[in-house]
Amino acid sequence: MSAPLLDVRGLRTVFETRAGTVCAVDGVDVSVHRGECLGIVGESGSGKSVTFASVMGLVKSPGRIEAGTILLDGCDLRGLTPKQMRAVRGKDIAMTMQDALTALNPALTVGEQIAEVFDAHDYTLPRRGSARARAIRDKSAEMLGLVGIPSAESRLRQYPHEFSGGMRQRIMIAIALACRPKLLIADEPTTALDVTIQAQVLELITEIRARLGMSVVLITHDLGVVAEHCDRVMVMYAGQVIEEGPTAEVIAQPQHPYTRGLLASIPRPALRGQPIRPIEGQVPDLIGLPPQCRFYSRCPLHRDACLAPVAMRSAGPNRRVRCILSGEPVE
Amino acid sequence: MKTLLKVESLSKHYEGRRGLVGRLTGAPHTVVRAVNDVSFSVERGEILGLIGESGCGKSTLGRAILRLHEPTAGRVMFDSKEVTALDAPALKALRRRMQIIFQDPYASLNPRRTVAQIVGLPLRLHGLASSEAEARAITARICERVGLKANQLDRYPHQFSGGQRQRIGIARALVSNPEFIVCDEPVSALDVSIQAQIIALLLELKREMGLTYLFISHDISVIGYLADRVAVMYLGEIVEMGPVEAILARPRHPYTQSLMSAVPKVEASGRRARIRLTGDLPSPLHPPAGCKFHTRCPLALDICRSTAPLRETVGEGHIAACHRLGEDISLLEDGAA
Ligand SMILES: Nc1ncnc2c1ncn2[C@@H]1O[C@H](COP(=O)(O)OP(=O)(O)OP(=O)(O)O)[C@@H](O)[C@H]1O
Ligand SMILES: Nc1ncnc2c1ncn2[C@@H]1O[C@H](COP(=O)(O)OP(=O)(O)OP(=O)(O)O)[C@@H](O)[C@H]1O
Ligand SMILES: [Mg+2]
Ligand SMILES: [Mg+2]
Repeated sequence: MSAPLLDVRGLRTVFETRAGTVCAVDGVDVSVHRGECLGIVGESGSGKSVTFASVMGLVKSPGRIEAGTILLDGCDLRGLTPKQMRAVRGKDIAMTMQDALTALNPALTVGEQIAEVFDAHDYTLPRRGSARARAIRDKSAEMLGLVGIPSAESRLRQYPHEFSGGMRQRIMIAIALACRPKLLIADEPTTALDVTIQAQVLELITEIRARLGMSVVLITHDLGVVAEHCDRVMVMYAGQVIEEGPTAEVIAQPQHPYTRGLLASIPRPALRGQPIRPIEGQVPDLIGLPPQCRFYSRCPLHRDACLAPVAMRSAGPNRRVRCILSGEPVE
Repeated sequence: MKTLLKVESLSKHYEGRRGLVGRLTGAPHTVVRAVNDVSFSVERGEILGLIGESGCGKSTLGRAILRLHEPTAGRVMFDSKEVTALDAPALKALRRRMQIIFQDPYASLNPRRTVAQIVGLPLRLHGLASSEAEARAITARICERVGLKANQLDRYPHQFSGGQRQRIGIARALVSNPEFIVCDEPVSALDVSIQAQIIALLLELKREMGLTYLFISHDISVIGYLADRVAVMYLGEIVEMGPVEAILARPRHPYTQSLMSAVPKVEASGRRARIRLTGDLPSPLHPPAGCKFHTRCPLALDICRSTAPLRETVGEGHIAACHRLGEDISLLEDGAA
C-alpha cells in the first residue's frame, strides 16, 4: 500500500480544567489512505471530535496537543505556522462540524459563506473586479447544485435559518468541499437528522467521494452507518483506539469485549423476544485515569493482568486490538 | 385481551402567534395541525410503538392523551373512563394510573430538587404515603429497582449522566404504581450501550408490574425489537398501523417502506440500494393538500395531490392510508430490502 494521506502517531491532547487535567485523546494512531472512507465510532466523550480537531489545528485553550506527529501527505502539520495551517484547512483538509445547525454564521447569506472559501483559497479565479465576483458566484452555485440544492442561484442569497436541518447540513458539506480537499472529515454529519434525510446526506458524501476521489473520515456513533458507508472502522473508548480493521471483519468478528458488547447492545427486530445484554456501568472519568485497561470496570472478562497498561496488539492483517486476550504484541 | 386505552379522532392544533404586521393587517392566525384525527387503541399489557420523523407530532399525541396538552378535538377513553370529559380533581386522580417518561432527560427534571424529592413528588400529590418516612421508603425502593444507589438520593440532577437521569425519570413515572406509561423517546438521547440498559430495564419493569406502554421512537430498530404493534405517523396523521411482524415483513404505505429502507443496518455490510425520497419534510404550518406524503412520494399520482386517502384494512389488524394500496406495489422489492 502507498503511504497514507493522513498519518497520525501517538497523538495526546489534554484540557486543563479546574477539576484536573482531562486527557481527551491519549496515544491515538490514525491513518487514512487515499480514496478510502474511515469510520470512527465510540460513545459520547470518547475523544472522536477532539482527535480530528487536533488534526485540523483547531484545539483551543484550555486544550493543547501534548504529543504526537500529524503528517498530511508527508508534511508535518504540527510544524506549520498558524498562517500556513489556515492555508491547509479548507484547501487540503476540510471538516464539517458536529453541530451544523449552529456552525453556520446566521448573519451571513449562504452565498457569502461559500464565497469566503473560494476567495481565500482559489488561485485560478480572475484577480479582481466583477469578473472575479461572477466567477465566485458561478462556482458557489455549482457547489450548491452538487449537494442537491435546487435553484442554487437564488438560494445563495438566503440566510441559514431559511433552510431546513438537512439542507443546512448539505450547505456545510458544500462549503467543506468548495476547494476540493483531499480529505473530508465529517463529524456526525447526520446525528441531528431524520433517517430519510440522513440517508440522503450519506449518499451524497459517498457519491462525491467517488466523483472527486477524495478520502473521508466519518465520525458517528451509529454502527449501522459505518457498516454501510465505511471501508475501515476505528473504535474509540475513553480517549484511546481500542479496535481497528476492515468494517465487515470487525462487525463479523469483533475482538475487543467493548466492541462485542456494543454490537450486542443494538436492539434489532431479529432479536425480538430475546433479552439484549447491555454493557453494565459507565464510561470512566477522564481525569486521573489509572494506567490499567480503560474498559476494566465494565469488562466481563477482566483479570489481574488487565491492571497493567495495555498496548495495541496485532490481530491479523490490517487489524489491531487493545486487549491482552486477543492478538499478539507488535514489534 | 382487554382494551385499556382508546383514542378517537384526536386532534391537537397549536395556534401560532401573529407578528405585529399580522395583527395590524388582521391576517389569520397560523395553525399548526400537530395531531390530526388520530384513532387507535391499546390493549392491556401491550406495547404500541409510535414511529415517525422529527416534528410529525409524536410528543404532542402522547401529551394530549394524558391531557398535559388539552386536545383540540376528539375523545380519549382509559379503562372505560372518558379522560377528555373529566374535571380537574378526577383527572388528577386518574393521572396516578397514567404516567409519562419524557423525551429529554436533561430538561425534564427540576434542577433545584433532589432525586428523592423529584421521585417522591407523585406520592405526595396523590396522597399515596401515610408519612414522610413511608414516602422515603417507597422512593428508595423504586430508585433501587431502576438502578440508582441509596447514597445518590439526595443529589441533584446535574450530578448525573444522561442515562442516570433517564433512570430518575423512570422512577418518577413508576412510583405511583401506574398501569399505563407514555414512553416519549426514553432512549433517543443516550449512547448505544446506555440505551440498551434502559430498554432492558423498561422491559423488565413492564413484565414485573404488568404495565402497558405507548412507546414513542424515531428508531424503527428499537420499535421492531420491543413493540407488539406499530403506528407510523407522518405530519400529524397515522398513515399505517398493524402488528409489528406484519409491518416489518410487508410494510404497505410508501412512507413506511422508505423509512425502513433508510435505516442503516449493521448486518448488511456494504451499500444497499435505497428508496430515494427527494425533498425535505414539508412544514406543518403549510401542509400539502391531498395526501400529505405526496410531495416526497415516488408513487404520487394526480389524485394524491388533490384527495386525502382513506384508511383501509390491508390485513388482520393492519390498516394503511394510500390511494395505491390496491396495486400492491412494493418499493422495497427492487433490491432495497
Ligand atoms: N473545552 C474542553 N474543556 C474540557 N474538556 C473538554 C473540552 N472539549 C472536550 N473535552 C473533553 O474531551 C473528551 C472528548 O471529547 P470529544 O468531544 O472528543 O468526544 P466525542 O467522542 O466527540 O463525543 P460526542 O459523541 O459526544 O461528540 C470529553 O470527555 C470532553 O469532556
Ligand atoms: N407548544 C407548541 N406550540 C406551537 N407549536 C408546537 C408546540 N409544540 C409542538 N409544536 C409543533 O407541533 C409539531 C409536532 O411537534 P412534536 O413535538 O409533537 O413532534 P415530535 O414528533 O415529538 O418530534 P420530535 O421527534 O422532534 O420529538 C411541530 O411542528 C412543532 O413545531
Ligand atoms: Mg464529538
Ligand atoms: Mg418528540
